[in-house]
Amino acid sequence: MVEIVRSTVLDAPLEAVWQLLRDFATAVPIPVADAVGALEGGKDAASVGASRIAGPWRERLIELDERNHSLRTCLVDSPLPLYGYVARQQLRRITDGEGTFWQWRASFATDPYREADLVARVADEVIAAGFATIRARVARTRASSSLPSVSRVARASAPVARREEGPIETSLVMVSRHGGPEVLENAQANVLPPGPGQVRVRQTAIGLNYIDVYCRTGAYPLLTPPGTPGMEAAGQVIDVGDGVVGFLPGDRVVYAAPPVGAYAGVRNVTADSLVIIPDGIDDETAAAAMLKGLSAEYLLNRVHRVRAGDRVLVHSAAGGVGLLLCQWAKKLGAVVLGTVSTPDKARLAREHGCDYPIISRGTDFLKPVQDATKGKGCDVVYDGIGRASFLESFEALAPLGHLVSYGQASGALAPFDPAILSRKSASLSRPVLFHYTANPETLRAMAANLFAAIGEGLRASPRQRYKLSDAARAHRDLEGRRTVGASVLVP
Amino acid sequence: MPRVYVSSVIDAPAERVWAEIRDFNALPRWVPAVAESRIEGNAPGDQVGCVRAFTLKDGGALREKLLALSDFDYAVSYSILESPMGVSNYVATLRLAPVTDGERCFAEWTAEFECEPARAEDLVERIGRGVFQPAFDELKKKFGRR
Repeated sequence: MVEIVRSTVLDAPLEAVWQLLRDFATAVPIPVADAVGALEGGKDAASVGASRIAGPWRERLIELDERNHSLRTCLVDSPLPLYGYVARQQLRRITDGEGTFWQWRASFATDPYREADLVARVADEVIAAGFATIRARVARTRASSSLPSVSRVARASAPVARREEGPIETSLVMVSRHGGPEVLENAQANVLPPGPGQVRVRQTAIGLNYIDVYCRTGAYPLLTPPGTPGMEAAGQVIDVGDGVVGFLPGDRVVYAAPPVGAYAGVRNVTADSLVIIPDGIDDETAAAAMLKGLSAEYLLNRVHRVRAGDRVLVHSAAGGVGLLLCQWAKKLGAVVLGTVSTPDKARLAREHGCDYPIISRGTDFLKPVQDATKGKGCDVVYDGIGRASFLESFEALAPLGHLVSYGQASGALAPFDPAILSRKSASLSRPVLFHYTANPETLRAMAANLFAAIGEGLRASPRQRYKLSDAARAHRDLEGRRTVGASVLVP
Repeated sequence: MPRVYVSSVIDAPAERVWAEIRDFNALPRWVPAVAESRIEGNAPGDQVGCVRAFTLKDGGALREKLLALSDFDYAVSYSILESPMGVSNYVATLRLAPVTDGERCFAEWTAEFECEPARAEDLVERIGRGVFQPAFDELKKKFGRR
């Protein structure tokens, strides 16, 4: 058994540090890869027995002492041989100043030849990284007395309701009737000051998504003309409405959420759908990555937890979500198979971590999948195609496999007999991203995972940039399959 | 039970500060309120169970017994046997902890005791602000960055 003791001093009152630390899910990173874990199974943050998950890590809170300002956690799952890992964290007030002393003790057993390496990794990647995270959050909290990802601290502070007086004129794109790209018209409008719970945002980059086409044509009932399409954008906070805490004028923010209306220079957005963009990620990347990246995040970490060694099949592997799924699944240690429509796209998918690109039109992929997996099939299939591929995707599953039907580019699923699942003890999910992101805490945990993954090299920057006034051309390119990867519109 | 808690950060490694304070007879070196001290029975200053008899600069005389001494935890606990303060069951602990991301240490000093309830607040103030904090200030001065 080795014990590591590390400690530091933070320039903040004990109460402020403790609020951050005791918020088990969002406070201190789970070791190594992910900046923030997700809480498992509906337990509240700070409830003893709660587990948080980040990638292959699972950590459980086993002791929380409000009086003593200490907590203890253990690792339940770990990709590293950290046996019997228990960590205790203790805060102490520094009474002759405003500071807090923070001590972190971790003990574990491991194979002797790995001990030195693991001690160093835990000290640097767990403890020092944890100190740095909280130190940065404390600094942020104190600088702005608002921090959206830590609701308790944010809500404890007074609402900040600074207002620019009056409406702001902006250019935007209007759809006055459903139809082709030509119905996208440039217009001017006044954006009123934000209402209760709203934030007025000066947008700097707008994400282009295929769902925008469906909104324009009327295929999805999300836009009733006259209206403005768009679900995703990044920009700067101008001012906030009553009851909004956690956002200040000038904060860089991003969102990917209904209602539509993102194709505009300025707009009001519900505060609960906004996430602060961390330093090091530019607005265009944030705008391009949010919707597709959150999709990849929840598909790989929440709908199904992909683990090292899993065989994963990704349809449309060279698509916006597909390229992110390939990269991220590879990073999690999975064996990645992907279907694509052309050899060029196969190359692109391979460059993004797809081990076995399969050229197919959403059908006839079963044999290549069986060949690549030596007849075993896939542990999880991510299927955004829908009706056309459903049954073959099911056939491509390994026993106990999980078919995740997350989109329906070819049409809604046809009726089927659930009894077929019993042939493999298979599971079927039909998840919708916005159900997962409806809870702001979940949204911010997901976004933190995404930003961390981008920080570690997940390629999510836009490959095409259009002026907002060129939205019609952008739609033509998107529908004509002339774009590759993500695109943004710039007001 | 009234409780005193005073803590500070001193700009020196814990082992150096500990070397300065671990001797139970060393109070006059670093606690400004103390005038002189001796260990009864000529016992060494690190013998658990020994008693120090010391006088304050204001003339008060105290006897304190060493209850625990840990070179591993950099901690010392003691109780008051006799004092002019009118306290009973007084037990105090002084402890150092390294701050590992710098050449510093965290020092905390706690005391718990019983007394007439009306005097509790004043005693906590006198012990914390009048004795413990000036001692920490002295250590910070001694080990302060040049």
